[in-house]
Amino acid sequence: MALIETVNISQKYDDREVLKNINLKIDKAEVFTLIGPTGAGKTTLIRILDLLESPCSGRFLFDGVDVISSRANQLEARRRMSYVQQRPLVFAMDVFDNVACGLRWRHMKSTATKRKTEEALELVGMTAYINRNARTLSGGETQRVAIARALVTEPEVLFLDEPTANMDPISTAKIEEVLAHIINEQRIAIIMTTHNMSQGQRMASKLGVLINGELLQTGSVNDIFNVPTSREVAEFVGIENILQGEVAEADNELASIRVDGETVRAISNYAVGGKVYLLIRPETIVFSLSHEAGSARNVFKCKVNQINTIGSVVRIEVECGFNLLGVITTEAARDLNISIGKEIYASFKATAVHVIPRW
Amino acid sequence: MNDFTQGFVKALELLVTLDPEVMEITGRTLAIALSSCVISTILCLPLGSLIHFKQFFGKRALLNVIQTFYSIPTVVVGLVVFIFFSRIGPLGVFNLMFTPTIMVIGQVILISPIVLGLVIAALSGVDKGIFETALSLGASHVRATFQVMSEARYAILSAVIMGFGRAISEVGLALMVGGNIRGFTRVITTAISLETSKGDVELSMALGIILIFIALLVNIVFNRLQQR
Ligand SMILES: Nc1ncnc2c1ncn2[C@@H]1O[C@H](COP(=O)(O)OP(=O)(O)OP(=O)(O)O)[C@@H](O)[C@H]1O
Ligand SMILES: [Mg+2]
Repeated sequence: MALIETVNISQKYDDREVLKNINLKIDKAEVFTLIGPTGAGKTTLIRILDLLESPCSGRFLFDGVDVISSRANQLEARRRMSYVQQRPLVFAMDVFDNVACGLRWRHMKSTATKRKTEEALELVGMTAYINRNARTLSGGETQRVAIARALVTEPEVLFLDEPTANMDPISTAKIEEVLAHIINEQRIAIIMTTHNMSQGQRMASKLGVLINGELLQTGSVNDIFNVPTSREVAEFVGIENILQGEVAEADNELASIRVDGETVRAISNYAVGGKVYLLIRPETIVFSLSHEAGSARNVFKCKVNQINTIGSVVRIEVECGFNLLGVITTEAARDLNISIGKEIYASFKATAVHVIPRW
Repeated sequence: MNDFTQGFVKALELLVTLDPEVMEITGRTLAIALSSCVISTILCLPLGSLIHFKQFFGKRALLNVIQTFYSIPTVVVGLVVFIFFSRIGPLGVFNLMFTPTIMVIGQVILISPIVLGLVIAALSGVDKGIFETALSLGASHVRATFQVMSEARYAILSAVIMGFGRAISEVGLALMVGGNIRGFTRVITTAISLETSKGDVELSMALGIILIFIALLVNIVFNRLQQR
């Protein structure tokens, strides 16, 4: 049985739907990361799961118990969860009391409370601040206190809403290490949101993409980043080449797809006449000066339209009947002696093209 | 003018020698005002929380009414209490007229709108997220409410002090329902008011100095709290 299960949860704020039919299942010891653009509804979903607000429709089962209807169930359920808010608030008390209050409210003995509180503060590196008025802490310090007070109660579910948004890379790494440790040691379910894609990829066992209130796709990191099932998800995970096409020929798995008068070869199961999107990651496109096909099925002669150097990589936009964006190293760009207006060849494998249906 | 200086000297004498009557009146005044203040606080804290945390129809109107009653004249409260508690009134059986008890009841009615209104304002000053943060850390609704109160503690204390100030300084109500009975319901303000008219200026002055001194003390504490 899943620890957390939602059935068609929807939420509206004054007639505006911010969550639409969310169906989620999260098991014990699963790390689920929600990604999605600003305003997608990530925080709203977490607030519903932490029972801080009620959805306008749908069911929420926590450990098999429907927790939306009964307040007694809610308190009991909430005491098995912890929530590190996007902008955590601390109480006007010292850091120790801020972390200890969750334990006190669970009627823990004072000696145990003291020991656990000190351990939790140690874990997040805030021991030196133990007697400080929590209201005087900086953003990152506040966030660490919030993480300590969330962990100190040893929850079964931990909600983390942008847990490292206010932190520098070193603190972020430290917190990730703490979380990784907890994931290994305790069988805890973690549901986190992040704008930091690499953090999502590092920590998650499962990803969910929430766009415009809809949970468009859930799956492994690999699924989401390489096999998105919709244009929206593809765009969000940074697949920058999204071409519109129509299947012209289908031969077993290998298909010919018409794109703006050109033919792109791709692996697909769609029938002839099917309207599709072709998704191509920029880094899979190879540029060369001559028509050397190699193993690539797709080779196009094209004209360079734009060149942007960002750090050690160069992003080039070319036009070959349709527009393509590629990313190459600065050395490669130098070897190609690339310049705007120059004619070069762009090639990519049929397997580098991911085909999804277009409605 | 000579009378005045003489009166002042005599008043200081009464204070320095801890004159029994002055001390007795002061003690009673403090006891009655403090009782009213404590009772009003006990009533207004939960009531204020209820009004603050619940959404209901007519909430704004209710808040307006409460604020209007901030400045209700003391004699009007005296009149209402009199109507209810006089021998022929609906609560006359309790026989409470002209006792310290009825003075406390009157003062509670008088100051509760202020205490209530300021408690609600104090709670509104706390970030809404504090309540939710407490809930998400495992607090019950009652416990989370206490947490919000604790965040508003200085503002709530200010409310209580305001109530105390009004209770200790009013005269109309104390006179009407207390009756200024010597040794029983006489408080500083009623003593000043009546003894002055009878010509006993020294006692009035001594009591006046004490009242100002108390007001000063309350003000100092109040200002300290507001600076937090
Ligand atoms: N109490 C509210 N009343 C009205 N609208 C709200 C309320 N809370 C959130 N919203 C709206 O709901 C939408 C979803 O908000 P939410 O905070 O869940 O987004 P998010 O995905 O967490 O965004 P971000 O990544 O910026 O944190 C937003 O458009 C927001 O403005
Ligand atoms: Mg958010």
